[in-house]
Amino acid sequence: MATLTMAKALNEGLRSAMERDPKVLIMGEDVGRLGGVFRVTDGLQKDFGEDRVIDTPLAESGIIGTAVGLAIRGFRPVCEIQFDGFVFPAFDQIVSQVARMHYRSAGHVKMPLTIRIPYGGGIGAVEHHSESPETYFAHTAGLKVLTCSHPADAFTMIQPAIACDDPIVFFEPKRRYWDKADVDPDVAASASCWSAEVAREGTTATLITYGPSVRTCLDAAAAAESDGQDLEVVDLRALSPIDWETVFASVRKTQHAVVVSEAPLFASLAAEIAARITEHCFYSLEAPVLRVGGASTPYPASRVEEDFLPDLDRVLDAVDRALGW
Amino acid sequence: MTEALLPQPSEGPDFVQLLTPEGERVEHPDYSLDVTDDEVRGLYRDLVLVRRIDTEATALQRQGELGLWASLLGQEAAQVGAGRSLSEGDFAFPTYREHGVAYCKGVDPVTLLGLFRGTSQGGWDPQDHGFALYTIVIGSQTLHATGYAMGMQRDGGSGAVMAFFGDGASSQGDVNEAFVWASVFNAPVVFFCQNNQWAISEPLEKQTRIPLYQRAQGFGFPGVRVDGNDVLAVLAVTRAALARARDGDGPLLIEAYTYRMGAHTTSDDPTRYRLAAELETWKLKDPIERVKAYLSRRGAGDAEFFAAVDAESDALAAHVRAGCLALPDPDPLTMFDHVYAGGSSLLDEEREQMSTYLASFAEAAR
Repeated sequence: MATLTMAKALNEGLRSAMERDPKVLIMGEDVGRLGGVFRVTDGLQKDFGEDRVIDTPLAESGIIGTAVGLAIRGFRPVCEIQFDGFVFPAFDQIVSQVARMHYRSAGHVKMPLTIRIPYGGGIGAVEHHSESPETYFAHTAGLKVLTCSHPADAFTMIQPAIACDDPIVFFEPKRRYWDKADVDPDVAASASCWSAEVAREGTTATLITYGPSVRTCLDAAAAAESDGQDLEVVDLRALSPIDWETVFASVRKTQHAVVVSEAPLFASLAAEIAARITEHCFYSLEAPVLRVGGASTPYPASRVEEDFLPDLDRVLDAVDRALGW
Repeated sequence: MTEALLPQPSEGPDFVQLLTPEGERVEHPDYSLDVTDDEVRGLYRDLVLVRRIDTEATALQRQGELGLWASLLGQEAAQVGAGRSLSEGDFAFPTYREHGVAYCKGVDPVTLLGLFRGTSQGGWDPQDHGFALYTIVIGSQTLHATGYAMGMQRDGGSGAVMAFFGDGASSQGDVNEAFVWASVFNAPVVFFCQNNQWAISEPLEKQTRIPLYQRAQGFGFPGVRVDGNDVLAVLAVTRAALARARDGDGPLLIEAYTYRMGAHTTSDDPTRYRLAAELETWKLKDPIERVKAYLSRRGAGDAEFFAAVDAESDALAAHVRAGCLALPDPDPLTMFDHVYAGGSSLLDEEREQMSTYLASFAEAAR
């Protein structure tokens, strides 16, 4: 048991994966000598060499496209996209090649890529450094999408993600990189990354969320206690496929559901979650499924981002509306 | 203006030619090729068979048996020359037009047809013949080829990789990124650009203001322009490039100067954008006729030999036709197969729903 930041927990998870399987490679911009702009790959090049921790030219399509070739050759590349907003030059390779190679080859070619993307806002950054593009990838058949919300999950989820024979887009909530928590290395071996977790048990209403918004929702639930509300928080962890049974079981119990994410709500994962809950829990619901998320704007200038991002008050406002329906 | 910017290749060191359109054997200062008559007869046979595969597939499309076909007519020498230069340990990354390379790599042409008939999205195992899946998005495969070559560097592989693409693809970002990667990592990859002069309706001058092979220099590796209709020259240049790559000397760009004698695909109508006279000019440079002339002149191919090759090509065409017609329509539920290696709860649910829905018609019909 050790107390680690999320960045360090990911670093340890990557190290374990590399020690376990010599075919695991890390590639991306600044991942080697610098150790990544968030230091997630710190020290790995020094220990595993330049052939396994590859500082790449500065071109995202090239990172993913060459990783496809390496995967065909039998390697297991872990690609870092430096920031969420820089994934789009690689979008074509991800959507048209990575996601489809196994299908196109009728199962002959596996694509065991892990594409790590620091995502989300709240760090006062310039444009293209605060996006939440997870819906694009969850929408794409052939990809699986994961996101962690705390250091222990970061450590335990990154390893099965790398070991998985399917391509995984692994979203890391960058404003939580420096959150600290206890991490038990022994848990990792048996951990599943495909199940949702009830991060807080409650009875009044369910907050369904993931990634950076999990802590927001836990804070909101703690604050709501003084109002006599006992909120349940479900951390999805897997965004594609989603562990619906955990979600539905919670909503059937609390009869109220609020979905929280930083992404703009229109045609979003939150929309899909709301639709599914409505379809499967219709007779349990006391109120429509409500959603709290980013505005349908480009990510705004950082001085107003706190008004864009779901915060404790907006979450609780939605809970009040649901309970008062 | 265009003429000056895009000089037509002429005899000289910038244009590797070993067999003229008239079938005359010529020498090049940098590239030589020792071939026996037997080997040339073998190449002639390859060229004829590859063209026959192509014409049969075009006919199958016209008869409604294929949804689409991308013809390689006119590019047989470029593909056979490159294809025959590849050794067993080498790996080819094709576009969707490399039927001749597939043939050289030992892929049954029927295997290619599922994609064009609509019974699969490809479906072959690249490891079977060292031949990757057809890639339809223009240029994407050049990065895959480069990554594969980087993998060979890392696992001690002794082979090299050949990335196929065209003049249109040379404008794609992925191709240029592949050049950067290959150069920086000194990857054992040969970039084989078939400049067939047309990207659907867009002529070469819409893609470049310099000869394509000269682009390599800016990326830090050599470029060579070869007569793409001369199978001997292509064989010599690709062999040398692969040997160089295997020896650890890094990438090389080959511009095979050729001509797409047919339409882009069976859906295209080239009479809307190019003159018939251009095609007539290129017919005089036909890749097969020059080899036939060479063999005839040397007395290395007689009527009996040519007739035997023709008969063999007819048999191959019959095999292609029979194989095409025998490709079964897949069961609808197979659309859910192989989306993931490890399965997906979402797909399990949707497959079940479709199965139940389809079964309801069988119930109703009972």
